[in-house]
Amino acid sequence: MAIVPNMPRSWRVETKPHKFCPGCGHGLVLKALGEAIDELDIQDRVVFGCDIGCSLLAWDFFNVDIVQTHHGRTTPVMTGIKRARPDRICIAYMGDGGGYAIGSQHLVNAATRNEKITAILVNNCNYGMTGGQMAPTTLPEMKTETTPYGRDVEETGYPTQGPEMVAAIAREGAYTARGTVANVRQLKNYLKKALQNQLEEKGFSFVEALSGCPTNWSTNAKATWAFLEENMTKYFKVGEVKVPVKEEE
Amino acid sequence: MVEKAITGEKRAFMTGNEAVAWAALAAEAEIMYGYPITPQNEIMHYWTRLAPKYGRKFLQTEDEISAGFTTCGGVLAGKRAFTATAGPGNILMQEAMSMAEMLRIPTVVVVQQRGGPSTATVIYSQQETTLTCFGGNGEGLRIVYSTSSHQELFDYTIKAFQIAWKYRFPTFVLGDGYQAKMRESLYLYNPEEKGIPLAEPYPFLGQEGRPGVEREPSHLRNTYNTEEELYQIISRYVEDYERMTPEVVEYQASDFEDAEIVLIAHGIVSRAARAAVKALRSEGLKVGYFRPITLRPFPVGKLREIAPKAKKLIVAESAQGQLFKLVQEALYGETVPLEPYFKPGLGITSEELVEFIMF
Repeated sequence: MAIVPNMPRSWRVETKPHKFCPGCGHGLVLKALGEAIDELDIQDRVVFGCDIGCSLLAWDFFNVDIVQTHHGRTTPVMTGIKRARPDRICIAYMGDGGGYAIGSQHLVNAATRNEKITAILVNNCNYGMTGGQMAPTTLPEMKTETTPYGRDVEETGYPTQGPEMVAAIAREGAYTARGTVANVRQLKNYLKKALQNQLEEKGFSFVEALSGCPTNWSTNAKATWAFLEENMTKYFKVGEVKVPVKEEE
Repeated sequence: MVEKAITGEKRAFMTGNEAVAWAALAAEAEIMYGYPITPQNEIMHYWTRLAPKYGRKFLQTEDEISAGFTTCGGVLAGKRAFTATAGPGNILMQEAMSMAEMLRIPTVVVVQQRGGPSTATVIYSQQETTLTCFGGNGEGLRIVYSTSSHQELFDYTIKAFQIAWKYRFPTFVLGDGYQAKMRESLYLYNPEEKGIPLAEPYPFLGQEGRPGVEREPSHLRNTYNTEEELYQIISRYVEDYERMTPEVVEYQASDFEDAEIVLIAHGIVSRAARAAVKALRSEGLKVGYFRPITLRPFPVGKLREIAPKAKKLIVAESAQGQLFKLVQEALYGETVPLEPYFKPGLGITSEELVEFIMF
């Protein structure tokens, strides 16, 4: 007898298997998100927006309302929806290029305004869909299609540390954390807290998820996990960066 | 339910920007998203003063890209949402408007044209005609009303919401810096009292009921995998657009029956053109007048009816041939000569048009 895997209730089974490459981390991030949505029982209130890049492949992923927007513009679309319909739970889902490069002004300003939305950013150190170019998150010395001899930090700067940046900008009430697909339970907890923060209307919430890209890293399973768990976590520290101060009893 | 901003009819003397803010209130617009740029700023200034009194909302965004996309978000959420911009801001706004075309999001954008290209002047021009009609990496599937007075700014801003939501194409009200900043008298009114229908918004996302259980989820995308898939979608949109065209196309035409010369202009220049035609007629010259009110879709039919009877058409505009190109395209195959009167970024008076035609 076939064993039916236990998938989140909010997933749309008709669109599975999903469209991401084998070994891609997006599926795990979206599994953690699906579980967080289920546990908070907010499926009928969620509006999910996805960016351009690999994240767009999530456009029919859930049994929630979804809009796939433009590169970097998911944050303003979700902001616009939230401002018009504050009773919706708005999630902006993007990659590192969308959030830290082309859409960085939107991320920064949404954080500054403490928009009551949740931004989830998948960091896999490169532009996946366009074929593996340097991203704001590409590690020093890392080879990509546009840094074939390795990222030279003298020329291109150091990788963006997103949650730390958002934490520095966002006011009290904001939630920021960095999780990893290497620890899905912890990632789910971060996502749940981020959504809880929006539900309680405390402020902006932002979770970066470290993720693997075996297709563009040209790595096998073992090397993918090694890069994710060893190389990436040296630069991108996993953990909560900013959490709202507990209100006094 | 939103509180009525205007009851009855009120005579007013105000700037065009103020007229737009009142029109948006009268049209029961629920939220404005905006970013400062001259000469549209006072639309935001009046809106931010008036909106809280009537339970309406405002968000000042980080740039026009965001203003365009948040406006898309507001509309997707089922609200009558709008924004306003000009010049370089209009360029940035085109990205969001191309998404609005693809997802058939009925956004309303008020454009108060300034000089171009680049930063140019903050004063006036008609140089955003091509951009507003055809901006974006697509087919220009949008509706563009070119206004010529404060009354029209008021009327067409109200209409823009209704038409946008009826046909689900992004809709623009194309004004200019003169109309924005001048004071002029107009009537403010409640459209419903005049039998003018209001837009009937509905949410594209975030409807009631559990998606996948009680209803199908809304899954909206602007990305397609195959050429054929995209071709099918665009062909359907073009069909919708062409079916809509006779219902929305608008123009003004006068004195053309016996006209030897027809003067063509849009927007505020059409006022100079109209006055010039009146003056020339009193001198005994057979001059006619044609003004497209909708630049997209363009009133091709009426122009093709008028043009062949004339010996010459003159196109006057505060741009280097942006209206001229629309006229040329509309008249393809006709042999009547077209004469340009181009003043890019510069205002045009009736006196200079009279002089141009007489001498």
